[in-house]
Amino acid sequence: MKRRKFIGMLAGAGACLAASTATAGGNHHFTGYPESFGVLFDSTKCIGCRKCEAACNKVNELPAQPVPFDDLTVMDKRRRTHHDTFTVVNKYAVGDKPVYRKQQCNHCLEPACASACFVGAFKKDKTGAVSYDASKCVGCRYCMIACPFEIPTYEYHDPVTPRVRKCTMCQPRIEEGKLPGCVEDCPKGALIFGRREDLLGIARERIRKHPDMYINHIYGEHEMGGTSWLYISGAPFAQIGLREDLGVTPAPEFTSGPLGVVPAIVGLWPVFLTGAYALSKRKDKIAEEEQHHAVAEAVAEAQAEAAKKAKAAMDKAERDKQAAIDREVKKALKEAEEARKKAESADAGEQ
Amino acid sequence: MSHHTTPDKKFWTPANILTAIILAIGLVLTVKRFTMGIGSVTNLSDDNPWGIWIGFDLLCGVALAAGGYTTSAAVYLFGMKKYHSAVRPAITTAFLGYAFVVFALLYDLGRYYRLPYPLTIYPGPTSFLFEVGLCVALYLTVLAIEFSPAVWETLRWKKLRHLAHSLTLLLTIFGVILSTLHQSSLGGLYLIAPSKLHPLWYSPYLALFFFISSIPAGLSMVIFEGGLSHKFLHHKMDETHIEEAPGVTLGFAKAAAVVLFGYFNLKWIGVAIDDNWHYLATGWGAWFLVEVIGFVLVPCLMYAVAAREKNQKLAFWASIVTVAGIVLNRLNISLVAFNWQLPTEFRYIPSWEEIMITVFIVTLEITVLRFCLSKLPILHEHPEFKGAH
Repeated sequence: MKRRKFIGMLAGAGACLAASTATAGGNHHFTGYPESFGVLFDSTKCIGCRKCEAACNKVNELPAQPVPFDDLTVMDKRRRTHHDTFTVVNKYAVGDKPVYRKQQCNHCLEPACASACFVGAFKKDKTGAVSYDASKCVGCRYCMIACPFEIPTYEYHDPVTPRVRKCTMCQPRIEEGKLPGCVEDCPKGALIFGRREDLLGIARERIRKHPDMYINHIYGEHEMGGTSWLYISGAPFAQIGLREDLGVTPAPEFTSGPLGVVPAIVGLWPVFLTGAYALSKRKDKIAEEEQHHAVAEAVAEAQAEAAKKAKAAMDKAERDKQAAIDREVKKALKEAEEARKKAESADAGEQ
Repeated sequence: MSHHTTPDKKFWTPANILTAIILAIGLVLTVKRFTMGIGSVTNLSDDNPWGIWIGFDLLCGVALAAGGYTTSAAVYLFGMKKYHSAVRPAITTAFLGYAFVVFALLYDLGRYYRLPYPLTIYPGPTSFLFEVGLCVALYLTVLAIEFSPAVWETLRWKKLRHLAHSLTLLLTIFGVILSTLHQSSLGGLYLIAPSKLHPLWYSPYLALFFFISSIPAGLSMVIFEGGLSHKFLHHKMDETHIEEAPGVTLGFAKAAAVVLFGYFNLKWIGVAIDDNWHYLATGWGAWFLVEVIGFVLVPCLMYAVAAREKNQKLAFWASIVTVAGIVLNRLNISLVAFNWQLPTEFRYIPSWEEIMITVFIVTLEITVLRFCLSKLPILHEHPEFKGAH
């Protein structure tokens, strides 16, 4: 029963892996849910006021921050998202003037976190949001390893029910027909919420109208397979903390190929290993047979040799016996002759 | 030989005192970890979610427990029966190795009590970690059954012993499949993060590298532990084990030399295929060369010479260099070359408490291993089951 269950589990694992990577070899290309939402960030309009940070803190009911949101000196240092801050605005010196860039979850079209999660706690929602379900999370933090934008954070100081924390794109608010908190409170229109397709159009239009103000690139249109959050900027993206070396391959594609090998190994290894076992068995058997054969041959040879020896000995004995008889006969004849001669000479003496 | 009970010598030897101190500190830190959270004892951060508990306890722990599948495959599948006496010690260390890998994982997982989730109610089969979890869980079961005859023999439960024994061939094949899958999957974990791992260590072959290198890792651990048992547990070994030991050491040395050579070549193919040669001229390149030449090619040659000249001592030293090389490789991938682009002040350095918990777990494992080797028929055959294999 154990054995059968075991095989069943293996087969099941193989099957579900096979199913989940069925597109590995195809040319299927996912460009996001149609009609899904996103946010366009325009760094030429951002003034680094941190209003979006304050709004995020409020709508997500995050803990009060030690430094108030109107203190702009915090931007002198590199900051990143933490378990109590889902978004931060960083200041970058580009040339002689500061450029600000907001950081939060980019809500990838094909999220690395969702692909990496071994309990499926992350989902790409039809609204565009990448959501996280704490009720499934085991706390392995592989999502944090996988995310190319270094977004998910962890509640390291919670001993019993720590959660991964990240921007939700305010999915609950979107479903109520409201704007994400940060977008709603941006005083400069640096953040625009809308359908991703429309946002791409707006971005292209701005770049076309003001080629002197913008780099001709929409960051997030294709990066890592595309993200729901899009960026346009006058400064090179690498200089405002957005990596330009990420490529356009969606993260799940890095693993789908190798994962597809798994069912093949499950199928092929038993064949090879049983083959190796059979070969070694056969080698043993042949060796054993050869040994048998050699022993038999040696025995036969020894027996023949012994028979020959015995025969020779017999012959020799026969010859010896004959010789002895001859000798004895000769001796007897000789003795008889001598006795006769003696008798003759004795007779002659008497006369 | 094996069954004279030595009169109880002093229990509080220096080694035992040290063990007791480590275990005591470990227990205190364990309480701290589980009452105040992971953050209270580690230097893990949002930039560095995995530290030495994954890099060492999991990655190295699994690689160094590969002696179980390599030895049982050599003996039961590839017909090298003359190494038979090496199987039980290798299975024992592998079983304890995996058991303690899972134990160590409980410290690292935020919600350790949900460990069965991926295998039961919420499978996430798109993740390499899912494959690791599934295969490690199954393999731990396989190892438990493979290890169990030592217990059944001690208890004289002949039927169970016979049952477990009759599954040997099947379990060995399962063991090799599962080991192939999870050893490689540990490397596969990093495939999803090409932007974070230095190009000299990131490769589409990562999964293959981890699997291939686990073979010399396992063989080396058998040689290494064999050498140690010979030195410290000689009185627990029976004649078969003592007689076969040099053969095992030299045979495994030869195998390790061959596989290390293949691994060495494969590493260069990895560099070539992504055209990463220019990185060799950097500091990272120097560090890469230290790993690949100093800890792969050098032990490979040491093993080759040892096998040729039947030099057991050299084979023992080669095993130490190989094991160090595997540890170096796993730490390079998980910690040193991971997040290589982050500014220094955001890089991860383990806290003393983190290191102490790892030391605690390793000490606990060695203590249990010492107990098993001295109480169970592992380095000697049970007199009632002599030759029954």
